[in-house]
Amino acid sequence: MSGAAVSAAVVTAAGEEVEGIQLLLPASYDLLWSSIVLVVIAVAFYKYVLPKFQAVLDERTSKIEGGLALAETAQAEAAAQLAEYQQLLADARSEAARIREDARAEGGQILAESRARAQEEAARIAETAQRQIDAERQQAAVSLRADVGTLATQLASKIVGESLEDEARRSRVVDRFLDDLEASTTTSAGKGN
Amino acid sequence: MPATRRHRPSRPQETALSSIATILPLAADESGFHTPTIADFFPAPFLFEGTIFEFNRMQLVRVIATVALVVVMVIAARKAKLVPSRGQNVVELLLDFVRVNVAEDIIGKEKAHKYVALLTTIFFAILAFNITGIIPGLNIAGSALIGLPVMLALWVYVMYLGAGVRAHGLGGFLKASLFPPGVPPFLYVLLTPVEFLTVFILRPVTLAVRLMANMVAGHLMLVLCFAATDFFVRSMSGMSVFAVPSLLGGFAITLFEVFVAALQAYIFVVLAAVYISQSISDEH
Repeated sequence: MSGAAVSAAVVTAAGEEVEGIQLLLPASYDLLWSSIVLVVIAVAFYKYVLPKFQAVLDERTSKIEGGLALAETAQAEAAAQLAEYQQLLADARSEAARIREDARAEGGQILAESRARAQEEAARIAETAQRQIDAERQQAAVSLRADVGTLATQLASKIVGESLEDEARRSRVVDRFLDDLEASTTTSAGKGN
Repeated sequence: MPATRRHRPSRPQETALSSIATILPLAADESGFHTPTIADFFPAPFLFEGTIFEFNRMQLVRVIATVALVVVMVIAARKAKLVPSRGQNVVELLLDFVRVNVAEDIIGKEKAHKYVALLTTIFFAILAFNITGIIPGLNIAGSALIGLPVMLALWVYVMYLGAGVRAHGLGGFLKASLFPPGVPPFLYVLLTPVEFLTVFILRPVTLAVRLMANMVAGHLMLVLCFAATDFFVRSMSGMSVFAVPSLLGGFAITLFEVFVAALQAYIFVVLAAVYISQSISDEH
């Protein structure tokens, strides 16, 4: 075992000497094979792998964008519908309030009307009754006057005999009597008050 | 550089072990401690050796990662539906992450769509090549060998220069890049070379080297932990107890590498987006 031979250089299993500088200086076969493998990889990537992934990526992007746009439209639609419903609800509420208000006003009016009509009716009935009473009193007074006249005449005839047969005189006497009677009645009534 | 220069066909196995011995004398016994070295990234070719088509374990890992990525993504794209399944959700999460959190946040929403495909493809490719570093059986990141990071960085380089020229015209882009406005003229003596280095050299180089170095470092840490575990277990002595912490360490670093794999993919596309954004922005 002679250890003298080697300084910086080492030796491969095949017996070649390898200088450190060879790490930095490429051999021609090394460059050739490196180029071959890189060209193979580059062709595969440039011609097939990257375009394919790009296509998938683009497709996905467009799909996602389409989906987002769709979702946006749907959301806008839903919002519009909600607004519409709320508008309808508000309309219905105000309609209901208006109807209630109308009904209340109408009810009040009806009540007032019927009250007025009732009062009118009552007044009319009272007036009629009053008029009837007056008429009956008048009639009673007239018939009473006639009856009293007759009775008094009959009585007086009986008392004074035939003297009073004369129609004209009798009538005059009775009238006078009645006037006196009436006057005395009025006076007594005035005193009675 | 010619691919064949490093190969010396018939060096015996013992030489390899002896060279390890000089680096790690403690571990250098015949029980076989596999010291992680950068030689791991230059495995022996098993197809087309000596030609430009030379095919070794690194290339196999890359081809497997490519096939897996393409198949998974094509199936995911074919089954992509408007309503995503669980798997589709995961893929779309990553696609959205690049489109929104990287492209649109950095470049701006209206200009980003032209570059989303570029950033997405690069992100997924780097993620796939990084993650092979912790997949059992593959065990090495496809991006740990500088060729792949270089091609990715060149791709970004061409794209951001092209974007700048398309946005401002060749003269306008050079003027905006090399002579940033709002600076006293005499400062251009200092600023223009720095800007030139930054825009035309340092950006692509750092993109490539950052990615490669992270993956190399991650692989070395993983190998160190698991090789140590293997060594301790096989030593069948008092040292075997150390297998426990080294195994736990390897487990932790595996998880960390998942994070780094995603982080480096993210950093790469974020920087690509920043460079594009600076190229096409109206003011510097």
